[in-house]
Parts: sequence; structure tokens; C-alpha cells
Amino acid sequence: MAYTEEELKKELETKEYEYGFYTDIESDTLPVGLNEDIVVAISKKKEEPSWMTDWRLKAFKAWKEMEEPEWANVTYQKPDFQAISYYSAPNSKPKYDSLDEVDPELLDTFKKLGISLDEQKKLTGVAVDIVIDSVSVATTFKKTLAEKGIIFCSISEAIKEHPELVQKYIGSVVPQKDNFYAALNSAVFSDGSFCYIPKGVRCPMELSTYFRINQAGTGQFERTLVIADEGSYVSYLEGCTAPSRDENQLHAAVVELIALDGSEIKYSTVQNWFPGDKNGKGGVFNFVTKRGICEKNAKISWTQVETGSAITWKYPSCILKGDNSIGEFYSIAVTNNYQQADTGTKMVHLGKNTRSTIISKGISAGKSQNSYRGLVQVSSRAENARNFSQCDSLLMGNECGAHTFPYIEVKNKTAQIEHEATTSKIGEDQIFYCNQRGINTEKAIALIVNGFSKEVLNKLPMEFAVEAQKLLEISLEGSVG
Amino acid sequence: MLKINNLHAGVEGNEILKGINLEVNAGEIHAIMGPNGSGKSTLASVIAGKEEFEVTEGNVLLDGQDLEDSAPEDRAHKGIFMSFQYPVEIPGVSVTNFMKTAINESRKARGLEDMPANQMLKLIREKAELLEIDRKFLSRSLNEGFSGGEKKRNEIFQMAMLEPKLAILDETDSGLDIDALRIVANGVNKLKSKDNAVIIITHYQRLLDYIVPDYVHVLHEGKIVKSGTKELAHELEAKGYDWIKNGAVV
Repeated sequence: MAYTEEELKKELETKEYEYGFYTDIESDTLPVGLNEDIVVAISKKKEEPSWMTDWRLKAFKAWKEMEEPEWANVTYQKPDFQAISYYSAPNSKPKYDSLDEVDPELLDTFKKLGISLDEQKKLTGVAVDIVIDSVSVATTFKKTLAEKGIIFCSISEAIKEHPELVQKYIGSVVPQKDNFYAALNSAVFSDGSFCYIPKGVRCPMELSTYFRINQAGTGQFERTLVIADEGSYVSYLEGCTAPSRDENQLHAAVVELIALDGSEIKYSTVQNWFPGDKNGKGGVFNFVTKRGICEKNAKISWTQVETGSAITWKYPSCILKGDNSIGEFYSIAVTNNYQQADTGTKMVHLGKNTRSTIISKGISAGKSQNSYRGLVQVSSRAENARNFSQCDSLLMGNECGAHTFPYIEVKNKTAQIEHEATTSKIGEDQIFYCNQRGINTEKAIALIVNGFSKEVLNKLPMEFAVEAQKLLEISLEGSVG
Repeated sequence: MLKINNLHAGVEGNEILKGINLEVNAGEIHAIMGPNGSGKSTLASVIAGKEEFEVTEGNVLLDGQDLEDSAPEDRAHKGIFMSFQYPVEIPGVSVTNFMKTAINESRKARGLEDMPANQMLKLIREKAELLEIDRKFLSRSLNEGFSGGEKKRNEIFQMAMLEPKLAILDETDSGLDIDALRIVANGVNKLKSKDNAVIIITHYQRLLDYIVPDYVHVLHEGKIVKSGTKELAHELEAKGYDWIKNGAVV
């Protein structure tokens, strides 16, 4: 069946969130609201040392004085921060050594998502640290990693087991008062991942974490800290899906990457939080601060595929502090229905001969708004800095929007900055051409979108690329103009 | 195989085809000629099922089956192939990937599994050779940056891959130099069998020197005004379309 514009619109609207289900697991939840007592209670529940509690309280004090930012190209009903419960952990504690001990219902949830731990273990050699509602419930491959001296665990565990590393680096790239949501996260972060790669070690496997919101009305505040010591290499994967929910859910994560001299961090994300229904009701607010710092000759590569969330506000950035350091940002952001995304990157060139590349692909369908916002900054002492930016937008239908806000600030005249941008629309002629070759409209869109996104998909690790491709198809099924 | 009865069709209320009757049997090559704006390309698009054209009267039958409610992809699965006059570009999708998708979608429609990779490779190699296509060409994005000749050759390559029952070549000769024309024609001739049929839509007689039609039809103002054998094409070439337009024949 080929589609008319009307039929397409209809199908698109009735396309409900595929992963909208809810797992009934008993949870241990703190009362709603936020004050110093709650911050202390979270810290206590996590059995944290006092320096951590103090650090959180300092963040909370800063947050109280801050205003919610309004500069992003998004409109939404601001969350009521006193109506959120800031901590929720599955009751089935303690942690497990093997999958057999894990709540079968939980495992079933992962099956529905197509994230079978068993399969992953066998197929990919990926060590998986799964965060369900704030607490890690399964960790694998730890031993193999330990042999290389690699630390990969939940941040709560790291606070207890490796306080010297956490204390040294937490907040070093994203300070507590960096911004409103970073401050909130610093005060109440529930869990997240910690990773340390020792000097000269090449991490032998992709590290992966699946985040997932699973408790009604619970904001999730993840904190991730990745430290690559001198000359080391790590590829870190993060992916998430969330169940359908009526009220808005707040997700305000902070990710900090530290790439010491000559090291490389590859950080890949596939994000599929609940985007809200066809009327724009519900959906996750995703206000994330992701930033990495590159020392001498270091490299940080951010790759992201963003298909979910009602509102996305996210700028994975690189501070190119060391000479000859490299920052890369590869992004695909898909918006459909009433989704709004304001995403991009910041490349801050401080060191000499620093280089950055930005490839951003925005795909808008339905009534959605998709904005790229990027800053390329070259400081006065950053001799010979180079940047290449490419921002491509693909539109489907006549009711969506694509926007590009590039900011360029250059204070050194040896800098070379290039910016390219294109906007295209999936045409009826392209669809008919595919149809005539026996490819139905849905498949044709998937093909065209994958072609458009290829440069970025290619940057993802193999197993992730397949999943990402599937996600793109799910997110855009039936949408064309 | 293909039977068109009193076909009236148009776009947004403008009637372009005004009562076409045509029968094409297996093993035959038909040429449809006519001046610009006579409705040649519209006829091709209507047979292929392009949505923007509305059939107001008459019908198109394939093997006795009315195609009216058939979507373009279903028609493709039934064996209809159209070589486009202006093939579209799909950036980032390689010729190979596109063909793989097309073939497997058709197989799926017939309840078959995906074609095994080695079989697919063999098929691609074989057909690429037939059309003298360089391997590098197959990894390029579909039609992106292709020359006019490359685009047309790629169309016939796709036809070779899909092995249609009925192939409609819409102005395939336009934009081809003499060498490319020879390669394309050679490909079409080799693919021709007693079980399939070809409709060649062309403005000029040139292509018909290479692909010799069994029948030639002249389309004018949405109607077939004259039918004959290949000699008709020569006559047209000699006398020009004015001969038809002036109402010398009806």
C-alpha cells in the first residue's frame, strides 16, 4: 500500500512507543521533594563517606541559588522539583554474581527490549553494567577487566572502593555549579558508572551500560565518570530505553570524561527515552551535561544517536586543553510528533594544534522541532587550531522544523574553521523510485534515513550500529511528506 | 501478459491519457513513440502505479489481474519494472545495498527467505559484467554524482538484477552516448526471453536500431493513433511527428 499524505500522518500518529511497558518490581523510594535532609538521606542510603555528603550539600546550596535556563529552543512545562522522588532502588538487593539470581521479571523486561544479557555475553564480549532505577543489578566481565587493572563499576561502589580517584576527578570537568541541571545532579545523583583505565592499557572490550527509568514519578540522575590514564584507550557504550508514562519524567545526567596525555576515549550513546505520545503528552525531559577534557595528544570522540525524549537538551563537549588534542562529535538526532531537541556540541580549543570535527545529522518528522546548537571556540594561545563542522538536516512532511545555531568565537588568527550545512527533504519521487523496485514506503524511509545517517552510524561500534539502525527505523516508521 | 483497455488517466483533473488500448504478449517488444507531451511517460507511470495519476476510466490488467488496487511495490513484486527517465539520487545508500534490499523485499513478498550473501554476490558480479559496470561503481551512493549515461546503465543493471516479467524503458536512450547506448541495448537484448516482454518508450528511433521492436505504436494527445511494425519507426523518423499531428492518420 502506498501512502497519501493523510494516511501517512494518521499512521504516524498512531505509532505508539514500542517499548512502552512497565515492570512491576518492588522499589525502595524516598518521599517526594528536595531539601538538605533528602540530600543527606540519599548519601546515607548509599553509605557514602562524609566528603561525598559534603560535596553533594555544596552542590545543593549552589542549585538553590540558580535559575532554570531558558535559552534553548524548546518550550515545555517546567518540572516541579518538589514533586519528584529523588531516590528509587529495586528491592531485590544485594548485587548478583550471575544472572540466575536476578529477578526473573527484570530479565523479562530486558528480553522485551531485545537486550538479552546472555546473548550479549556470548556474542560481543561486552561487559554490561546495567542500571535499573538507579542501582546496578548486574555486572559482568569484571574479572577480565580487573586483570588489566581496569576499574569498571557503579559510581557508588567507586566512591567506597576508589575514593582517591573519585575525589580527584568528580566535578573536575563539570563543576557542581556548572549549570542548573548539573548542580541538581551533583546534589542528588543516584548512581551511574565509573571507569578507570590504567596507564598504557587498551581496554580489550567495549564497555556498555544500559540505563532505564523504571519507577513512576522518579527522576533519574545518573553520574558517569570515565578516566583514561596516560596512553590508554577505552570505548564506552551507553544506551537506554524507558517505559511509557503519563507524567513527565526528568532525566538530568552528568557525564565527565578525562582523557590524560596520549589517551583516547570513544563514548557512544544510543538514547531512546520515552518521547511522549502522539499528542505530545508525557515523555522524558532529558537535560544532560556531557563534557570531556583532553590533555596533551589525547582524543575524545562523542557519537550519539538520539531518538527519544520529549525534550532533549544536550551538548557533549570537548575541552581541548592539551596541545595536539582532538575532539570529535558525531550525532544523529531524530524528532517525531511533538518532540523537541536542542542538541549539539562545544569544542573549546585551548591547546596548540588542536583539531575538532563536528558531524551533526538532524532528522525531523511530525510536528517536531530539531535544533543544532554548536560552539567552536578558539582561544588566543591555540595556535593552528582547526575545526570542521557539518550540519545536515532531513525533513519529513511540512509541519516539522530544523534549526541550526552555530556559534564561532575565534581569538587566534591562525585558526581554520569550516562550516557546512544542508537541508533536504525526503521526496515523493525518492519514495516512488523505491516502491517501483519493490521496496515499500516504510522500508524506503528506513533506507533513505540510514543513508543520510551513514557517516555517523559508521562511527558506532558494530553491534551498536545495528541496534541504532533498528531504532531509527522504529522512530520514523510511516513518516514521510 | 499486459492488457490495457480504454485507459483514461490524468493528474489533478487534467486528462492526459484519453482511451489507450494496448496488448503486450510474452516474448514481444513494443515501442511507444510520440512527440513531447503526448502522454508516453504518463502511460509508463500509470502502469507502474504512481499515485499522483488518477485512472478515471478503463483498466490495466497483468496476466488477467486488474492492477487498480495494487500499490507500486506490489506491481514490482508481480514483475513490472520501470527504467526511469530521471533516476533519483539516494545519498549514502550504495547501489549494492539498494539492490539487496529490493531483491529481498520481492523475495519476502513471495514468501522466500533473504537471498544468501554468496548468491547475491554472484548475481551482482554476473549482471555487472553484462552491463560492463565497474565494481567500484556498485559501492557508490545510488545515482549520486552519476553521469546521465551511468544513471541509465544503472537502471538497466537493476532490471537485470530483478529479472522482471514486463520492463518499461522510459526514454532510456536520452543522455546516452553511442557506446553506452550499445551496452544498454546489448543488455536488454540478452535479458529478453520468450517469457518476458519489453515496452520501450522513446522519442527517437535511434534506440530501435539496437533493440528491434516487434510492434511500434504512435501516441498522440493521449491516444494511440497508429500501430505497425518496425518500419513505422523509420517512416516516423523520415516524415517527422507532424505527419501524425496533421491528422494524416487516425
